[in-house]
Amino acid sequence: MTGRPGTPGIVATGVCKSFGSHLVLDEVSLAVDEGTIFALLGPNGAGKTTIVRILSTLIRADSGTMRIAGHDVITDPDGVRARIGVTGQFSAVDNLLTGTENLQLMADLRHLGPDAGRRRVAELLAQFDLTDAADKLLSTYSGGMRRRLDLAMTLVGQPRVIFLDEPTTGLDPRSRLTMWEIVRELAAAGVTILLTTQNLDEADQLADRIAVLDQGRIVAEGTPDELKNRIPGGHVRLHFAGPDSLRQAAQRLPASAADDDHLVLQVPADGTVDSLRELLDGLHREGVAVERVSIHTSDLDDVFLAVTGSHVDSGLEAGDVDAASTTGGVAAR
Amino acid sequence: MSTLAYTISDSRVMLRRNLKHQLRYPSMTLMLIGMPIVLLLLFVYVFGGQLGAGLGVHQGRGAYLDYVVPGLMLVTVAAAVQGTSIMVAMDMTGGIIDRFRTMAIARASVLTGHVLGSLLQTLAAMGILIGLAFALGFRSAGGALGWLAALGLLALFAFALIWLAVALGLAARSVETASNTPMILFLLVFLSSGFVRTDTMPVGLRQFAEYQPFSPMVDSVRGLLTGVPVGGHAIVAVAWSVGIATASYLWAIRLYNQRRAADPT
Repeated sequence: MTGRPGTPGIVATGVCKSFGSHLVLDEVSLAVDEGTIFALLGPNGAGKTTIVRILSTLIRADSGTMRIAGHDVITDPDGVRARIGVTGQFSAVDNLLTGTENLQLMADLRHLGPDAGRRRVAELLAQFDLTDAADKLLSTYSGGMRRRLDLAMTLVGQPRVIFLDEPTTGLDPRSRLTMWEIVRELAAAGVTILLTTQNLDEADQLADRIAVLDQGRIVAEGTPDELKNRIPGGHVRLHFAGPDSLRQAAQRLPASAADDDHLVLQVPADGTVDSLRELLDGLHREGVAVERVSIHTSDLDDVFLAVTGSHVDSGLEAGDVDAASTTGGVAAR
Repeated sequence: MSTLAYTISDSRVMLRRNLKHQLRYPSMTLMLIGMPIVLLLLFVYVFGGQLGAGLGVHQGRGAYLDYVVPGLMLVTVAAAVQGTSIMVAMDMTGGIIDRFRTMAIARASVLTGHVLGSLLQTLAAMGILIGLAFALGFRSAGGALGWLAALGLLALFAFALIWLAVALGLAARSVETASNTPMILFLLVFLSSGFVRTDTMPVGLRQFAEYQPFSPMVDSVRGLLTGVPVGGHAIVAVAWSVGIATASYLWAIRLYNQRRAADPT
């Protein structure tokens, strides 16, 4: 099962969708090569889930054409359903069944046959580290375990195309890394993956191509590198004990921006250790005392600012943006 | 496998899931089976002495037991379909239904699983009720054929009300609503010839009681179990069942196919 790059796993052209008078998707077009990972990046309300629901045959688009693994979504939905797997934002597991029973249910509905079904169930339990919890009811599972089982259920029928709607939202960092590893392995095995995320880092880590979705329109698309070139890079913030050292440092670093009130100097930087060492060594040689340093990498808001000219939170609840933001911490990349 | 074979296979898988749910959610299953039994004891031993005095030719508690059992059989049906509605709504408000809808499985198999599961549950609950009624002294002159016809009629009516409950469960926006709406069916059993003779009711109520679907059902079953000719009642009962089943089935399938996401984005 190897991918054939260049063959389209997902092709959508001019997809429009309105709910009442509210236009949710406006002429969305995207193409995902077989065996590659495509990330739809955008805030809540951008239309990410809607496009996943349309492509996975759950709801109908108002207009546009879509083909999944060569099958038309409108005229051959069962052909599409036989080849896709969907893991949504909300866990699609049966709480009154055990882990094994949930997977067995999927195997039965995929008509795998008793022996092949049992083998596949055991295989997935082992692959997703759920063998110990296999005979426990889902109501006793932790969030990370549920998400793993959810994805395992999606994979029972060995789908050619997988839709992952915010697969790591609400997961702890360790579970998130596990999930990333699984997604990479799937793509390596030739599965086409469309995932949605609010997290630039996630898109950067996983995706071959990223599309930025804003208010129902794709406002930017490209490889992670292409996209990052359009974003103002990260910066380093130097905190000083007094105005004198701030002034000295500002004179030495012409590209920087000084904030006299907070005694902070903002210096463009890519966040690598080498550039940071060079910056701090230079100041040290000049005898400029830096009290504290913090590193800020680009986040979703920077992407949005760059491609839409407005901040993510325009017209959205402020709380929704927090989940996507990585500012304020020292990012380890 | 052919399309029909897939449909049967998928429905069987969904039925097994439904039966597992009944076992894993025993509090509801027990409540649905227990309700008619509690009412049987209540109506025979608390109200039965007095209600039995007004029955006419055969009087007393024993006669009332014979009189009320068909009504309680319909209470059993009403209780079971309340469970159907709750189970369907639980499925629809959970995430798993969207998974089913993105899989190439027979469209109606999710609903068929609920219908068959509820039908089996209803028949099991009815079996327990009948057994207890006999233990308490219930006597029937209906004979094997009468019983067969009565159970067939009850199964048909249960099938119709279960589809109605499926539609109500699909239409409900929450599990609470799905649990409350079928309560009206309980009320209809009491507003029928199930517990008292309709000619003891005031005029307006009597007319309602005589024309609503539960009365011809009760009268038919009572006639079949006591060996009295049922005549037109059975035809009316069958007509109601077929009508309710057809309308509810079409409504349920429509709701199932139309279902939209709660949150559009």
